[in-house]
Amino acid sequence: MKSSALKATLDANEAVAAVAYALTETLAIYPITPSSPMAEFCDEWSAKNLRNLWGSVPRMVEMQSEGGAAGALHGMLQAGTMSTSFTASQGLLLMIPNLYKITGELLPFVLHVTARTLATHALSIFGDHSDVMACRQIGMAMLASASVQEAQDMAAIAHAATLRTRVPFMHFFDGFRTSHEVGKIDLIGHDILRALVKEEDVAAFRERALTPDAPILRGSAQNPDTFFQAREACNPFYSLVPGAVEQLLEAFAQLTGRHYRLFDYEGDPQAEQVIIVIGSGAETATECSAWLNAHGKKTGILKVRLFRPWSLQHFIAALPETVRAIAVLDRTKEPGALGEPLYQDVVTSLAEARTLGLLPRSCNPVVVGGRFGLSSKEFTPAMAKAVFEELETGAPRNHFTIGIMDDVSGTSLDWNRNWDIEPNDVTRAVFFGLGSDGTVGANKNTIKIIGEETDNFAQGYFVYDSKKAGAVTISHLRFGPRQIRSTYLVSHANFIGVHQWEFFDRLDILDVAAQGAVVLINSVHGFKSLWNALPVEAQQTIVERQLRVFVIDGYKVARETGMGARVNTIMQTCFFAISGVLPREEAIAHIKKAIEKTYARKGPEVVEKNFAAVDATLAALHEVTVPISADGLRHRPPPIPEEAPEFVKRITGVMLAGQGDLLPVSAFPVDGSWPMGTTQWEKRNIAQEIPIWDEKLCIQCNKCVLVCPHAAIRARYYETDVLASAPATFKSVAFRSPTLKGFKYTVQVAPEDCTGCTLCVQVCPAKDKSNPRHKALDMAPQLPLRDAERVNYRFFLDLPEPDRKLIKAEVKATQFYQPLIEYSGACAGCGETPYLKLLTQLFGDRLFIANATGCSSIYGGNLPTTPYTTNRDGRGPAWSNSLFEDNAEYGLGLRVAVDKHHESAVELLQLLAPQVGEVLVTELLGGYAGDEATLEAQRARVMMLREKLRDVQDISARRLELIADYLVKKSVWIVGGDGWAYDIGFGGLDHVLWSGRDVNILVMDTEVYSNTGGQSSKATPMGAAAKFAVSGKALPKKDLALYAMMNGTAYVARVAFGSKDGQTVQALTEAEQFPGVSLVVAYSHCIAHGYGMQFGLEQQKLAVDSGYWPLFRFNPLRDKHGDERLKLDSSAPKVALEKYTANEMRYRIVERTQPERARALQQGAQQQVREHYKLYERLRDVMKVSDVDTEETI
Amino acid sequence: MELTTEYLGLKLKNPLLPGASPLSDDLDTVRRLEDAGAPAIIMRSLFEEQLIMEEQATLEDVNLHEFSSPEAASYLPNIADFALGSDEYLKQIAQIKQVTEIPVIASLNGTTLGGWVHHARLIQEAGADALELNTYFLPTNLLRTSKDIEDQIIEVFRAVRNKVNIPVAVKLSPYFSALPHFALQLQRVGADGLVLFNRFYQPDLDPESLDIKITLQLSDPYELRLRLRWLAILSAHLHLDLSATGGVHTGLDAIKAIMAGATTVQMVSALLRHGPEHFHQVLEFLGHWMSEHEYESLEQLRGSLNLTTGPDPSAFERANYMKMLLSWRKMTHGFGIPPQQS
Repeated sequence: MKSSALKATLDANEAVAAVAYALTETLAIYPITPSSPMAEFCDEWSAKNLRNLWGSVPRMVEMQSEGGAAGALHGMLQAGTMSTSFTASQGLLLMIPNLYKITGELLPFVLHVTARTLATHALSIFGDHSDVMACRQIGMAMLASASVQEAQDMAAIAHAATLRTRVPFMHFFDGFRTSHEVGKIDLIGHDILRALVKEEDVAAFRERALTPDAPILRGSAQNPDTFFQAREACNPFYSLVPGAVEQLLEAFAQLTGRHYRLFDYEGDPQAEQVIIVIGSGAETATECSAWLNAHGKKTGILKVRLFRPWSLQHFIAALPETVRAIAVLDRTKEPGALGEPLYQDVVTSLAEARTLGLLPRSCNPVVVGGRFGLSSKEFTPAMAKAVFEELETGAPRNHFTIGIMDDVSGTSLDWNRNWDIEPNDVTRAVFFGLGSDGTVGANKNTIKIIGEETDNFAQGYFVYDSKKAGAVTISHLRFGPRQIRSTYLVSHANFIGVHQWEFFDRLDILDVAAQGAVVLINSVHGFKSLWNALPVEAQQTIVERQLRVFVIDGYKVARETGMGARVNTIMQTCFFAISGVLPREEAIAHIKKAIEKTYARKGPEVVEKNFAAVDATLAALHEVTVPISADGLRHRPPPIPEEAPEFVKRITGVMLAGQGDLLPVSAFPVDGSWPMGTTQWEKRNIAQEIPIWDEKLCIQCNKCVLVCPHAAIRARYYETDVLASAPATFKSVAFRSPTLKGFKYTVQVAPEDCTGCTLCVQVCPAKDKSNPRHKALDMAPQLPLRDAERVNYRFFLDLPEPDRKLIKAEVKATQFYQPLIEYSGACAGCGETPYLKLLTQLFGDRLFIANATGCSSIYGGNLPTTPYTTNRDGRGPAWSNSLFEDNAEYGLGLRVAVDKHHESAVELLQLLAPQVGEVLVTELLGGYAGDEATLEAQRARVMMLREKLRDVQDISARRLELIADYLVKKSVWIVGGDGWAYDIGFGGLDHVLWSGRDVNILVMDTEVYSNTGGQSSKATPMGAAAKFAVSGKALPKKDLALYAMMNGTAYVARVAFGSKDGQTVQALTEAEQFPGVSLVVAYSHCIAHGYGMQFGLEQQKLAVDSGYWPLFRFNPLRDKHGDERLKLDSSAPKVALEKYTANEMRYRIVERTQPERARALQQGAQQQVREHYKLYERLRDVMKVSDVDTEETI
Repeated sequence: MELTTEYLGLKLKNPLLPGASPLSDDLDTVRRLEDAGAPAIIMRSLFEEQLIMEEQATLEDVNLHEFSSPEAASYLPNIADFALGSDEYLKQIAQIKQVTEIPVIASLNGTTLGGWVHHARLIQEAGADALELNTYFLPTNLLRTSKDIEDQIIEVFRAVRNKVNIPVAVKLSPYFSALPHFALQLQRVGADGLVLFNRFYQPDLDPESLDIKITLQLSDPYELRLRLRWLAILSAHLHLDLSATGGVHTGLDAIKAIMAGATTVQMVSALLRHGPEHFHQVLEFLGHWMSEHEYESLEQLRGSLNLTTGPDPSAFERANYMKMLLSWRKMTHGFGIPPQQS
């Protein structure tokens, strides 16, 4: 029986989630890229009360970590509900202890894993098998999928098989390449699932569940007499798994017509060269093998589907007896191992098969192993061909790599980068856009239109750069008459959409063009002037490859039709009009239908505007007449200026040009180290408008400098004579200072680094008295200002630094300090980075930062460029990221090491006192303090010490030289978001709070997991919607600061720079000075709150004024009689909470979907805010230093 | 006392109405108003401008960040039911209809002709019994004449009238050079009633921050005077329904408005200040007062002090102003301090 299949165009995450949801009763989840969308889908469906196969709504619980999720799952399974979860990478590692338990107890369960790289020398969110291969010893069955269709199908098999066999299943597929690839597949209906999952298996599972009505005990402790035997008792269950899965696959084939085997062989039945591989790489390798076989070769691909339990019989049966050479490709690396896991299994299998006589004597293939595709590195047919060619040599290299150039160990195979075997009937399109212009969304619509409205198959894969502001997106689309199995990026596109004109100056965009391809360009240049505006390199490619060029001023059409900056609909219409994938009228009708579907519930205005944009598009689209030769005078500017350091030019520049794949192994530091301060060389020019300073109006408060998230506006005072060499348009004004007379003052914008967020303009208090609309900072178009301001900014950077000793810890003064985090990739208007910037201004030259994984580690350390930088003395923050869950512990470790270095340095100093001199030693020992005067003097003393040590011939002197800098006080800050501090890292944070060590903790609280897309954390406020809390969070936010205050020995502050910047400066300074643990919880506005970030400061004010975010500083060491240990820095609530919440979409969502619930939650939240503030008032009074505290007790 | 009133073709138990305000947002408050004797509910205004701005803000601030990062396709939950536009308002109409037995009068302020018509139809479909067009076009453009503005309101009314069957009233601002003439035009094109007057939030200035502040100011009983004058003038000439809104705080205020010619009297500020139960007190006062003063019906009361029936019609005309000034001067001279407004 073959069921009629419904087709759909979707990605593997959605397809797998749908199956898992249908076969699950309870879920325990935690967000982690790239698996988060599966949990998000299930949460949405559960909130909508969609039902599973048994007519019941699956219920889910979000946990504090994957470790927590695994624990909850274990409980769910013991109590007998069919349960599932989704994870990847570090999350999977955190689950391992429980997975052993679940497996040891034979609890049927499926874990769907989007296989992702494990963090080693660096973190990577992308795909490989290093996570799942770290689990192969657990004893879970491991079932792999290689495509979107397979991922859906194997998800079903895994759920049915675990119930049938009792062995828990890990179903895995490649992170991003499969999880995020959009493809057209046959859906599995509930009828098929019902046929696969046996009701008696479910009943048997239920009957084994723990219940006090028929109790048994699980989780005993066993001893040497029994454990071993008992552990071996599970063996028969494993023996049955391959057969059970095979039966299910056969049943599935009958139901769907799709045939799968435990080991799927595809290729010549008499193949001589065979590649054995797991996952999406198999699809590409199969494409290559088919082409080679069609051209006279004898090759094949053995795709491993059931990796555990490994069935020797099935493996040998699948392998052609004619094979002479085998390459086993592993998408993981095990340094120091004889070979990677799959290779070892294959070698062992062949050896054992030979011993058992399962192989004919004639079959004695040479076996080599190779690594490929780490961190989603491309794996193309050309690479597979290189592997086959290596096998053909008769003496193939073992332990090779493919896809990189390894010029250090010589492991890499070379391949022909221009070899292309994609058939001509496949339309291959590449679109370059910005995240903000909607290109990806439009392309997803395009794939759906073509996939669902035509007989064509469709595939979409999307590549993003690492920036949060001004992110570049590249969409790779394929359409064709057959199932598309090309699991690699489009390299020979016959359609290229350039949705942002300035990309021509940043990237070699047309490199991807096939001969005769069509190029669609969005440009302000008309079809007559476009040619001359192109860089000559682009002109050459157009001429040489005979490209057809079309142009549209999409910006103008968007503007005129009220679409703002979103050119997506316009460019999509152009694509259909030019490509001819569908008849033009039909395509336009489909686009409009898609618009209606997407926007209908967002209001008729939006739909109308999009319709108007579609209708206005074709009239504005023109073909450009291409001359016969490239005669342009303008060259594409180099990605990095000539004056950049060598490493930046040689490495960073290549990465910025989108050519990082070409860098060889030797280009890289061996341990993940990376140079500081490289964002300064990447001039992104993403702001349409930048602030322009009116020096006559400015009151010199420096607030603009404080709030700038990207350190792109700065202030300096300096002596007048330095202006002698100032550029013509450089502005300055007399410095207002009671002490520094005759100085000049300048506010200067970094025109090419500004993101145009306008926070500086918003905060500027200086208005023109006769025209208050004009302020000391107004926004003005960037382009006309760019060149002059670039020169001004360069001049500004060379101005003398202020004397740090003269600067007090208050807002204006601190903003003359050099920021040591600059031009990061954070969102425009980010609410976190101003805190970090301030941190680096205050303590940057002696600062350690332990940074939890999350937004701050991504904009802080995601290549190609690094924002943390150094001052003129070469000092700056020692920044590092360990993991998400361990950050507090990691930072504590840094402190312990720093303290030990200091202790050792003191010991050595005392030992060497006779040679160094008693006076200097005494001074050095007394100079360990954090105030600027002491720091400067102590650094000078350390220099003197080094001078003296040079002449001391003693091993102790050499030892002291290595750690002498630790005689200068260091500041250790543990930094991260609320996901870390409130949830996954809370155990560690709690432990550090009780450590008594001199560490400082800064929690940048965005109230959701921002980096993974806004999932609820325990910091999410009552009444706000977030992913995993779509109906609005029912409980109040956890008060981390209050919790820490109850510790009684730590300094604790809650701050919001947009409300009281002075208090923020004060709190960070006091925290640093506090000789123990300090915790600062910082309000951080975020795009996940759903409003324009230009209003971030206003919202901070409202958060404080409404009493939602009371500001305070708690210092347990305040001991003067009458002192308040708890100082409340904000007044009692003076505006209704609603004033604050009404401005944010996260609250509006609940209001609009469930008004009654929203009202109840709002009332509850308002009540809670009032009581909360009262509690703080009482605490203030209770904690006042009283007579009792100051009197000596007997 | 028989207080039954017919307003916009609706049979009402009495002439007092809770006016357009956020009171209608909460179903519980709506129920309390009904219990307190409200004969109908007037919903707060649906502002097309607000809808458009919210759509725009959603697109620009929320959708802007979609598909920008490999780790997050979006930053807020994807809720299919999360609709912008007028859904929330329309749902509320339906819900009020469900939980009460009294008519619902919706209120609409549009910005585009299409928007007025579109939303009016949706409001009718959602079950509203009548519609109040909350019209105001603040003329900041030097080239627009008073006639342009009047024509625009007439055009909006006509367009809506042609597309909906429910009764339609027009809520006006007091700022017309020749209000009676304009009111007559509205009567001629079929307006079922006029609501007098819209209260604007008047901007305030902050000399410290050099900002313009828009704050909600509840009405003052003195504001009733302006309504009384125009009710008295219009009710003398027109036969459409007139509803007073702005400055009605007490039963006596309501009586005055009816005497000036109001068919119904709307209250907002007093209810916001004292709660829905205040409605009952005002209503009770109205009944008692009429009994005490031996009025037999509302009709006897209605318009009894308007331009044609009042003892001194000139009091509503130009002389009124002069007389007030004179009496004021007399008072201040006589007692030194003017008496406090109560």
